[in-house]
Amino acid sequence: MNNSSPVEALSESSVIPQTKPYEYVLEVVNARKEFPGVVALDNVSLKVRPGTVHALMGENGAGKSTLMKIIAGIYHPDAGEIRLRGETVHLATPLAAQEAGIAMIHQELLLMNSMTVAENIWIRREPHNAFGLVDHAKMHRMTTELFDRLNIHLDPDAEVSELSVANRQMVEIAKAVSFDSDVLIMDEPTSAITEKEVAHLFEIIRGLRERGIGIVYITHKMNELFEIADEFSVFRDGHYIATHLSSEVTRDDIIQMMVGREITQMFPKEEVELGDVVLSVKNLTLEGVFHDVSFDVRAGEILGLAGLVGSGRSNVAETLFGVTPATSGTIEINGKEVSIQTSHDAIKLGMAFLTEDRKETGCFLPLDIQENAQMAVIHDDFVKYGFVQEAKLEKVCLEISQKLRVKTPNMHECIENLSGGNQQKVLIGRWLLTNPKILILDEPTRGIDVGAKAEIHSLITQLAHNGVAVIMISSEMPEVLGMSDRVLVMHEGHCTGILDRADADQVKVMDLAAQ
Amino acid sequence: MTTRTATAPNATLAAPSKKRLPQEVSILLVLFGIAAFFEVLGWFLVGQSFLGNMSRLQIIILQVSVIGIIAVGVTQVIITGGIDLSSGSVVAMSGMVAATFAQQANWPKIIHPALVDLPWFIPLLVGLAVGAAAGFVNGWLITKTKIPPFIATLGMMVSARGVARWYTDGSPVSGFTESFAMLGNGLGRWAPVVIFLIVAVVFHVVMRYTRFGKFTYAIGANPQAARVSGINIESHLIKVYMIAGLLAGLAAMVAIARIKTAQAGMGLMYELDAIAAAVIGGVSLSGGRGRVTGTVIGALILGVMLSGFTFLRVDAYYQDIIKGAIIVVAVVVDMHRQNKRSKTT
Repeated sequence: MNNSSPVEALSESSVIPQTKPYEYVLEVVNARKEFPGVVALDNVSLKVRPGTVHALMGENGAGKSTLMKIIAGIYHPDAGEIRLRGETVHLATPLAAQEAGIAMIHQELLLMNSMTVAENIWIRREPHNAFGLVDHAKMHRMTTELFDRLNIHLDPDAEVSELSVANRQMVEIAKAVSFDSDVLIMDEPTSAITEKEVAHLFEIIRGLRERGIGIVYITHKMNELFEIADEFSVFRDGHYIATHLSSEVTRDDIIQMMVGREITQMFPKEEVELGDVVLSVKNLTLEGVFHDVSFDVRAGEILGLAGLVGSGRSNVAETLFGVTPATSGTIEINGKEVSIQTSHDAIKLGMAFLTEDRKETGCFLPLDIQENAQMAVIHDDFVKYGFVQEAKLEKVCLEISQKLRVKTPNMHECIENLSGGNQQKVLIGRWLLTNPKILILDEPTRGIDVGAKAEIHSLITQLAHNGVAVIMISSEMPEVLGMSDRVLVMHEGHCTGILDRADADQVKVMDLAAQ
Repeated sequence: MTTRTATAPNATLAAPSKKRLPQEVSILLVLFGIAAFFEVLGWFLVGQSFLGNMSRLQIIILQVSVIGIIAVGVTQVIITGGIDLSSGSVVAMSGMVAATFAQQANWPKIIHPALVDLPWFIPLLVGLAVGAAAGFVNGWLITKTKIPPFIATLGMMVSARGVARWYTDGSPVSGFTESFAMLGNGLGRWAPVVIFLIVAVVFHVVMRYTRFGKFTYAIGANPQAARVSGINIESHLIKVYMIAGLLAGLAAMVAIARIKTAQAGMGLMYELDAIAAAVIGGVSLSGGRGRVTGTVIGALILGVMLSGFTFLRVDAYYQDIIKGAIIVVAVVVDMHRQNKRSKTT
């Protein structure tokens, strides 16, 4: 498909001098996978060269995850085959895939939290001493050696539960390398780590590439693609679309391949005439977490909250919304000082809060779309004598889900069955039903596809246009810069600066965020 | 096996019809299947009909009623993601305390010497209050100290049994007023069934159509999301445990009124039967899923099995062995169903 020479040259120049009678370390040929009612993959192929990073791009539901799970032995293809180092293999279980040299780093990291780093890496393969007991000293040594090779700086005896997400990822990577894997699959590894950690991760990925490992890298972030990937393949609706060298294409080309349509404007920011100050926060403090945070938000304004993960951005949002009430400081709404001790207080004051983590703090997974959408509004509306007015609610929920273009057959579909983007739209709908005056959005577009992202961005703009004061937390710099009127930057629990739209650029924000 | 044949048509029906067939339909088919099984075996092994015996059916449904009332409360606790192990002991405790207020004034072994004949609703209210108080303590412990519901209600299970014994020094209480005994024998002996049905219908409506019910599901489905949605989880959980305790108290009143005596050993293992009824009825132990109708059918399945085995003269030991197996099978089926659901996404 793509016999261009630069990549070949790269793989030949890689350090490992094995004789390689194969051009591709991993090939998936005409794979097909059906689930009841859906064809998740239709005649999909993928070819990964050794010593390259091969990115998989596509909207949610494009079939990337299914393909990954087939390669990792979690699903079995209905048709087609997998070739590893040129030979056809049958991967019956994830363990078989691991032993064959395919390691997968899942988005949700799969480590045993109460065990140490070393124990996690060598589980099932622990070195034994003369008595047949686990030789911890040797295990420690093996881990140190492994970490040295990979340039990872972690204590092998630390308990995994004490590590940050980024460090846990490092443990997973080290574990994958310890298997001498030829193929490493990474599913959105940067979705929950800070920019600095991303840089370190990329360093390590480049090291792995030099060792001749073929890396399959799933991501939604375009700039990562250009930074780390040599080649990429695009999928759409379960179909394979194209494979290209990443040096050959532009961002717009890729977006077009992914969505099959042109997205002219990623950030439909509109100039809105700002109204009065709606929310005024002074010296807000949650002891031990963040201190003396002060800012104003006007009607129609979008205030971006930037900062590295762990800087306290989300904590400020949670405190504003009464999830973790403030220990000191004042909150004024429309000039009146208010006390927010619970989320219900915040809702009554016209606030809404889309949380960061859809699964953990957003969705009621066992419940249906309507029940998910109505949960915040039925405190004060649509209830008579304690009875929920289902018929009325169904109407408004349907209206809002049509407005937000939630793709679903009906309102009684279980939310678990929706894609991430559609789940997010339902959650946004939950808050729009309450007619908020102040809307707090924490990572509103994390982990959702390009199309849904653009829709959510234009929705936020439209809300601001209608006079809603918006506070938007985001780890994606282009999103913060593209959407916000002003950007508040946090660093280690302190507000380090508020930049106007005209002044704000990537360098200044990073400067304030990293100090 | 029966569930598979019952769920299979759902998939095809799902597309045209607006709602999927509720899971209760498949549980109901299991109930019919089990009843038919005993009917057939009855003709072969005992030479008589299992179902065509009115008094047997009445006994089944009377036995089911007491467990059923408890199970309706336990169902709500399980839907919040909790568990209540104290119901059986709370039955004994509220039964014993209320019984001492239900005695006739001229009864020889009277506990409160100054007692006069009280109208039936006073001991009833006493029993409900004791049950609700136990539930309050459960809920309070769980929400304030953050200990797991399993532990909190385990403590209550042991302590409430102790209270039941201590209250009368272990001696049984009987000699109830006529009006109180009607709670268990009125309406042509159907009173327990009527009370059970009222409880089931009320809480079916509460769980499906009220804000209270929606919040209960929300807390079980995702407590963190529930908190952010403005739900006061602590006070809601306390209410749910109080309802469970109150219903255990009500079950106790029905039980002592029916057998006209209360003793500290009563209600032993009722909590497990109630949990089993809920689980067999499709209430998910991981919270957020399940319905009162399912639990009612689950309780009926337990009752029919018990009666069926007695009818076939199966030894009591085997009955327990089989009952245990059924509970495990019900959970396995539930897990299987959930796995299937999450795999299709």
